[in-house]
Amino acid sequence: MKRFIAVLTAVTLLACLSACGKKTDPQNTGADGKGSVYFLNFKPEIADIYKEIAQKYKEEKGVDVKVVTAASNTYETTLKSEIAKANAPTIFQINGPVGYEAWKNYCLDLKDTKLYSYLTDKDLAVKNEDGVFGIPYVVEGYGIIYNNAIMEKYFALPDKAVNISKAEEINNFATLKQVVEDMTKHKSQLGIDGVFAATSMGTGEQWRWTTHLASVPMYYEMKEQSDSSTIVTALNAKTVDFTYADKFKNIFDLYTNNSTTDKGLLSGKSVENSMAEFALGKAAMVQNGNWAWEQIAEVNGNKVKSEDVKYMPIYTGIDGEEKQGLCIGTENYLSINKNASEADQKASIAFLEWLFSSETGKKYVTERLDFIAPFNTFGEDERPDDPLAREILSWMERDADTLEWTFNSFPSQQFKDDFSNAMLEYVQGTKDWAHVKKTVTDSWKSERS
Amino acid sequence: MALKKYFPVFVLPTLIAFLIAFGVPFILGIFLSFTEFTTVVDAKWVAFENYIKAFSNADFLNALWFTVKFTVVSVITINIIAFALASLLTKGLKATNLFRTVFFMPNLIGGIVLGYIWQLIINGVLQTIGVTITYDAKYGFWGLVVLMNWQLIGYMMIIYIAGIQNIPTDLQDASKVDGANRWQTLKNVTIPLVMPSITICLFLTITNSFKLFDQNLALTAGAPSKQTAMLALDIYNTFYGRIGWEGVGQAKAVIFFIIVALISFIQLGITHKREVEQ
Repeated sequence: MKRFIAVLTAVTLLACLSACGKKTDPQNTGADGKGSVYFLNFKPEIADIYKEIAQKYKEEKGVDVKVVTAASNTYETTLKSEIAKANAPTIFQINGPVGYEAWKNYCLDLKDTKLYSYLTDKDLAVKNEDGVFGIPYVVEGYGIIYNNAIMEKYFALPDKAVNISKAEEINNFATLKQVVEDMTKHKSQLGIDGVFAATSMGTGEQWRWTTHLASVPMYYEMKEQSDSSTIVTALNAKTVDFTYADKFKNIFDLYTNNSTTDKGLLSGKSVENSMAEFALGKAAMVQNGNWAWEQIAEVNGNKVKSEDVKYMPIYTGIDGEEKQGLCIGTENYLSINKNASEADQKASIAFLEWLFSSETGKKYVTERLDFIAPFNTFGEDERPDDPLAREILSWMERDADTLEWTFNSFPSQQFKDDFSNAMLEYVQGTKDWAHVKKTVTDSWKSERS
Repeated sequence: MALKKYFPVFVLPTLIAFLIAFGVPFILGIFLSFTEFTTVVDAKWVAFENYIKAFSNADFLNALWFTVKFTVVSVITINIIAFALASLLTKGLKATNLFRTVFFMPNLIGGIVLGYIWQLIINGVLQTIGVTITYDAKYGFWGLVVLMNWQLIGYMMIIYIAGIQNIPTDLQDASKVDGANRWQTLKNVTIPLVMPSITICLFLTITNSFKLFDQNLALTAGAPSKQTAMLALDIYNTFYGRIGWEGVGQAKAVIFFIIVALISFIQLGITHKREVEQ
């Protein structure tokens, strides 16, 4: 009996060891020296489509592509642990110049790749005098999404307080405010709970305000300081004055005062909640980007028709905003891992070039991934056709001043968190506006030092 | 002879598992607290800089103070309530087993889930006055205390029940004969004899309260303005929230370890001394 147990234990142990041993086998190099690709994907909403693409690529080119998707809000965490492994991701994503600072020891110079040469606007890439380190793969835009059906209902009211007759005529904050406040008065007639969907203030759900919305006043502040890109100016800014804090307050107060939800309860709301409110027709407007189409479309009992979904720029009360357009940019840049084997690097670049230039690849990008890809390999007719993306494209063609995504250069996650915390305290009434302003300037300064 | 021969066979698997899952990460962790790094393989030695930053960081000290307050309150409430329940449920009441099961059940639910459940409940209650749990740090504090009580009381109760059932009935009978009232019996007979259980329960509640993370993350995530962030959450935020602060997070973690180890050793020493032989 004793011997039996001893043997059993030894066998178990051996099985354990050999199992562990197998895992460390470098799968990376691939049998025929073709290399393999490990793509750490940032966007959970399209994880399955990437899996399909990987399979297709394997069929066409015979190269293994492994796609791993980080759960929402955990990309940095996942990347930090994955990249330290022997089988590290060969393609990963950085969120712009600030992300590059964190990952510069891992980003390969992509200056001589075809992928870089495909870029329509080379300035979009993350680069410095040493080379090109991040290639944007999607252009996105955000603004105030509105449901035109509800707006038309409002403009048809006999006792409306404004003399304009359609939503397109709103072209500054004063008019927007007038319309919104009058709509709030008539909300039972319009069948809505509030003009704006809930201003989500739950943990990890405040990014629409403290990054996207705050980007608007910061854009104007940076623009006054220098003629170069506001993203670059902000990146080099050791301090900020938050000159347009009161404009930011204008629009934020408008959101929260005319919301579906009481101010005190906003911290329980998520982005998904507000997109659902919009989809169900309980709110007429919501601030978000074109990536949110999926979230609107997939809600059960969706009442919004796709032809009614329109965009309007975020007006805050800044002089000359009548010509303002949407905020268009990206925080999705692809980088290749410098520490991967050369074969893997080549395979990874080839995979991306295939995805963004071959017929099959492009079809996936426009029809399934719904990306507005910033590459010259895409023709005029190769554009995604969801309503929000179409709106973005049409705004890009209009004669309007597009705002850059200045928030790409916000100093750190810590800054965004500090900012969010202050905003939460402001909205629930435990701190005043001066506290928010001070937090922004102080935190920017300490995070940049 | 047989023992010697089979010693490695029996010890090795556990030893290897222990080294991989605990020994190596622990030593690596201490090493990393003296370095600046992005991932664990590209560390650069910076000596005590991280520790200086950690101690000059107001968030860390606030979190430490919040954690201490929380631990004191929850250790007292959990142990008193658990002991009271245990005494009740060893009196031979009807449906004793049913109650034991009911009280123990919350302990089987994971921390994150518990956090969200209580967030819903507390926000539901606070809705009547138009606010949520993030409105004031004291809501978060008491929310955490309630949650922790709800989760741990059942477990501690089981340990106390085991302790109380081990007391020989003749001792209690003898004290009764000697004319001791209930309070005297409790103080002079029951408590000294369940001292081993108290040692264990105090140890578990102190360390669990100090190390609390999941529940904290799910219930308040530190809101408002990090006022309800406990040590573990603060360490996590330092590590992942700020570029170049990974080492500081690691240093905080080492300090955290030392504090927890110190407190539990002192507590074990004190309560051990009070245990009596039967």
